[in-house]
Amino acid sequence: MEDFTLWVIISNLLLAARWTAGLALIAFAGGGIGGLIVMFMRVSPIKFCRVLAMAFIEVLQGTPLLMQLFMTFFGLSLLGIEVPPLAAASIALTLYTSAYLAEIWRGSVESIHKGQWEASACLALTRMQQMRHVILPQALRIAIPPTVGFLVQVVKGTALASIIGFVELTKAGTMITNATFKPFLVYGLVALMYFLLCYPLSRYSQHLERKLYAAR
Amino acid sequence: MSYQFDFSSITEYIPLLLKGMWLTIELTVFAVVVGLTLGIACAAGRGSRFKATRIIVGAYVELIRNTPFIVQLFFVFFGLPAMGVKMSETTAAFLAMTLNLGAYSSEIVRAGIQAIPRGHIEAGMSLALSRWQIFRHIIIVPAIQKVYPALASQFIIVMLGSSVVSQISAEELTFAANFIQSRNFRSFEVYFVVTGMYLALAIIFRQVFNLIGRRMFARN
Repeated sequence: MEDFTLWVIISNLLLAARWTAGLALIAFAGGGIGGLIVMFMRVSPIKFCRVLAMAFIEVLQGTPLLMQLFMTFFGLSLLGIEVPPLAAASIALTLYTSAYLAEIWRGSVESIHKGQWEASACLALTRMQQMRHVILPQALRIAIPPTVGFLVQVVKGTALASIIGFVELTKAGTMITNATFKPFLVYGLVALMYFLLCYPLSRYSQHLERKLYAAR
Repeated sequence: MSYQFDFSSITEYIPLLLKGMWLTIELTVFAVVVGLTLGIACAAGRGSRFKATRIIVGAYVELIRNTPFIVQLFFVFFGLPAMGVKMSETTAAFLAMTLNLGAYSSEIVRAGIQAIPRGHIEAGMSLALSRWQIFRHIIIVPAIQKVYPALASQFIIVMLGSSVVSQISAEELTFAANFIQSRNFRSFEVYFVVTGMYLALAIIFRQVFNLIGRRMFARN
């Protein structure tokens, strides 16, 4: 029988926090790639692509992340594959992140003045070249602060992976609570650890935003 | 794929789903009303003359905004009773949702307040309006009007986030889904239907909030 001293609780939570951070990084990396694809489709001149991207964004922003997790977790099992919770959580969070990042980045791309498109069209650049050399470099500057801000949402979103049985910070908190009967202390510590993960990101995002607007 | 979809096994549970959906709506409406009030109070508190008020409100807002909703919920439902504050699942769900929305909406309202031109407030002062009158007529109403779309999307995020309160067994829509799939083992079908219900709710709520917004700010 292990005795749960404060130090044991904290060290176990810290070990679990690695998975929170890891899952957030997977979701952010996957969502970054996915978001870029969806964003390109969303601003595409082909109507079919635009409609598809809009539907994707609407569904993922209009349904709870928890439902998306359940659908991935139970949906993939229907194909007859054993789905580990980490895989289901990664896929669901990647899709969720793609939808939000696509919207954020679309906003940045559309905020670029129309004259930039026209000028680059006059230089006979193709659409891809316009994006690559003229629009995206300018949109990137605007996009960075809200993207960093959204990373906070991703970190917080990983907490829901605990519900499908993935042992990250929240799940570890529940397990330790069940063993120690100290919910106030344990959930307080869990909240504190999330805060320590998220608050620097929030502050950094605000800092970037201020810098961006000061430069104008 | 050998799996046969069977949506018909859900039909007998439709009343349960509707009952769950009703609690989701109730929780959302209460949380929006009380949470927005709390948010406005906090937005005012952050511009307070007293440093202590500013610090306390700031700490509350940052703590809520930088921790996951599910942890806040568990803290309220499991943590507080250990300190002697006991409450039912529904009350805990409502409390957690309100505290959550209070923090987020206060930041949105604050952005609206910061966008009020200084000259308007000075004009109010020169008309000898009291601090409260200035806040009520010159600051808060135009501020909310400015940020109303952002507030409306935050309300919808809260509605979607309410699916998490099923974890403390508040009997809303997701709880109904979990219950049904534990009975008929048709998990994918049940969650598919419920996801559709959430999507419909989100779309309806958005329309309703737009309508309320147009009604409230019609004369401008």
